[in-house]
Amino acid sequence: MTTIQRQKTSPIAHLMPEDIEQIGVELDAIRDEVMASRGEKDAAYIRRVIAWQRGLELGSRGVLLFSLFPPAWLVGTAGLSIAKILENMEIGHNILHGQWDWMRDPKIHSTKWEWDHASPAEQWKHSHNELHHTYTNVIGRDNDLGYGIMRVDEDQKWHPAHLGQPFYNFVNACFFEYGIAAYDLELGRNLATKERRKDPKFKAALKAVRRKIGKQVLKDYVVHPALSGPSFLHTIAANATANLIRNLWSHSVIMCGHFPNGVETFEKTSIEGETRGEWYLRQMLGSANISGSKAMHLMTGNLSHQIEHHLFPDMPSNRYKEIAPKIQDLFQRYGLSYVSGPLPKQVASAWYKVFRLALPNRGEAAVRRPVEKKAPAVSTRWRRAQPQAHLGSAALATPAPAVLSAE
Amino acid sequence: MAVIRNVRSGAWRVIELITTPVVPADYLDVVAPLRNANVLRAKVDAVRPETDNSVTLLLRPGRGWQAHRPGQYVRLGVDVDGVRLWRSYSITSPPTRRDGRFTITVNAVPDGVVSTHVVRKMKRGTIVHLDVPAGEFLLCEPRPAKALFVTAGSGITPVMGMLRSTLHELSDVVVVHSAGTREAVVFGAELRALAAEGRIRLIERHTRADGRLKPADLDELVPDLFERQTWACGPNEMLDDLETHWADAEAGHLLRTERFRPVLINSGGGGTVTFAQSGTVVETDGSEPLLDSGEAAGVLMPSGCRMGICFSCVLPLREGAVRDLRDGQLTVAEPGDSIPVQTCISAAAGPCKIDA
Repeated sequence: MTTIQRQKTSPIAHLMPEDIEQIGVELDAIRDEVMASRGEKDAAYIRRVIAWQRGLELGSRGVLLFSLFPPAWLVGTAGLSIAKILENMEIGHNILHGQWDWMRDPKIHSTKWEWDHASPAEQWKHSHNELHHTYTNVIGRDNDLGYGIMRVDEDQKWHPAHLGQPFYNFVNACFFEYGIAAYDLELGRNLATKERRKDPKFKAALKAVRRKIGKQVLKDYVVHPALSGPSFLHTIAANATANLIRNLWSHSVIMCGHFPNGVETFEKTSIEGETRGEWYLRQMLGSANISGSKAMHLMTGNLSHQIEHHLFPDMPSNRYKEIAPKIQDLFQRYGLSYVSGPLPKQVASAWYKVFRLALPNRGEAAVRRPVEKKAPAVSTRWRRAQPQAHLGSAALATPAPAVLSAE
Repeated sequence: MAVIRNVRSGAWRVIELITTPVVPADYLDVVAPLRNANVLRAKVDAVRPETDNSVTLLLRPGRGWQAHRPGQYVRLGVDVDGVRLWRSYSITSPPTRRDGRFTITVNAVPDGVVSTHVVRKMKRGTIVHLDVPAGEFLLCEPRPAKALFVTAGSGITPVMGMLRSTLHELSDVVVVHSAGTREAVVFGAELRALAAEGRIRLIERHTRADGRLKPADLDELVPDLFERQTWACGPNEMLDDLETHWADAEAGHLLRTERFRPVLINSGGGGTVTFAQSGTVVETDGSEPLLDSGEAAGVLMPSGCRMGICFSCVLPLREGAVRDLRDGQLTVAEPGDSIPVQTCISAAAGPCKIDA
């Protein structure tokens, strides 16, 4: 995909600034309705998922004490894999988004939660909640676009190193949690110069990651294997397998969120002075859903509702399903395409892109056109559109029509 | 001994590694929620109706509880519609109970989310959250020769705690209590029984029929008013009146009051924001996020997306009310609360205090 600002026919060319603000108004109304109706049932839901997950993890680890016996190994490993996936996706990811902060339960709170992951919650929240969710799919601002090691958009500059990106992506998938820890540390950037390496902030972050990884490794590869006595090596293998399955699964789900065909990307300059409506529109165009069963939604941590999640990252995940039809209707009424597909199709589409963009652009896409720059402005994205504000926001209109006329 | 201690702490560290990233207590909580000494909880052992509008909860506190002194209150955290809300209630049982349990009595107040929930919906077996007892509304040592208690409505609860614990140490007690009707008097039967036994002199005032008690009425009802040590608890207007009356008689030192400070909510928005750690105080009009107000005043504030999605900016609201600028939802912190709020989309909705 080429950034929306450089495309020949922009998918939002038909939208007037008033339309975009109206989309924002409608989305705010959907949000308010759900947020005001959060209650006991939702609280019971997350507590139930946590209780189930803990039971499953404890039970699986119990079975793995006897992992010497192949059936125990299989059952325990399968259970532990599912437990780890639930812990990262439906529980950890969503709690760290603040989706359950409204309960004011310090045990289930974004400021207190720690997860079964190499990256400490605090660091992940910064790179994910703050950078990725605010600057979603903006080239040069959202490093989730290829995690800094891959090229997943035509407008990202090609380098011969990208020839190896299918391989990097596979390795990253296998060790995804460590990849994310390195990514949250901005390891590439921070190791580059001596000055950055010595920065006390970076050193403190590095220490936190080392401690976290140390604990995780001790747990999975020393303490639990030791507890299983003669099954020591089998338990190591089981835990490594569970971690591998969890990593491959979450990597696949996350690739489906922003890389499949049909997802749009944006120019850095296009988000300056962005209004609330424009921010919403960017989230709508920059995300893709995964269709599937209830179990699929649960195991993806409801990231199968990636579009809904990106519109309302702090909405409890169990509520995305109920708003999905309304969001789809909104897409249709405004002539936008709601990108969604079954997991295998979306994974294949994302992988195809990784392979295709390992090579430089061919033909027209290779020509870089200038994009009109806008004056920087203070962030006012929290401000909701007022009816009389339409004229004001027209001044901040999307640059898409301007680019079109320049052609 | 040191060896044993080392072995024990070593063993505990191994157990912590088994459960990391959560702590072992998170697993134990499922089966034994009262055993966790770091999170004080209680089980509701009984719910007893007192009047049409009030109930007494018999609570079995978990580890970490400390015995109270008569007259003290406890902060109780109850999940209402999925949200944990904290309110203070006076302890009404004597601290000498052998079974370690204690009681609180809750009056359903109009628009009181927590009190209404407790009175109408609380069930036996529910786990609630607690703080250790607090409060300085206490009987003096040595005990007063003559004591007067002036109460109204649920203001009787701390006094009932005192009477049940220490009445045998007091020789001359007058209780002046106001309630809407005779039936609405919480602990009515018990108070009347004490009066019948001659252990207290009880003056009941039923305000729906007789109107509100004026401090001047007290001069008549209790002729030796200013010879008595007095404890008063009830609505703020009543306490204000009493304080003026006692001050006018230059007897202010004989009066002790316990008041409930309601959170002031400014419906028009805005208010004085106090950033507790830096000591900065800012006047706001309620249209600007707390984050902007704080930064403009030079307070170092954590920040992130500035649009309410990343939760990097959350800081505890210690007191007061804030409003979500997006949907107008109010968050209200009672004294003693610490509610994390997103400063980038919250504005003052009355005087409030933020930990920054």
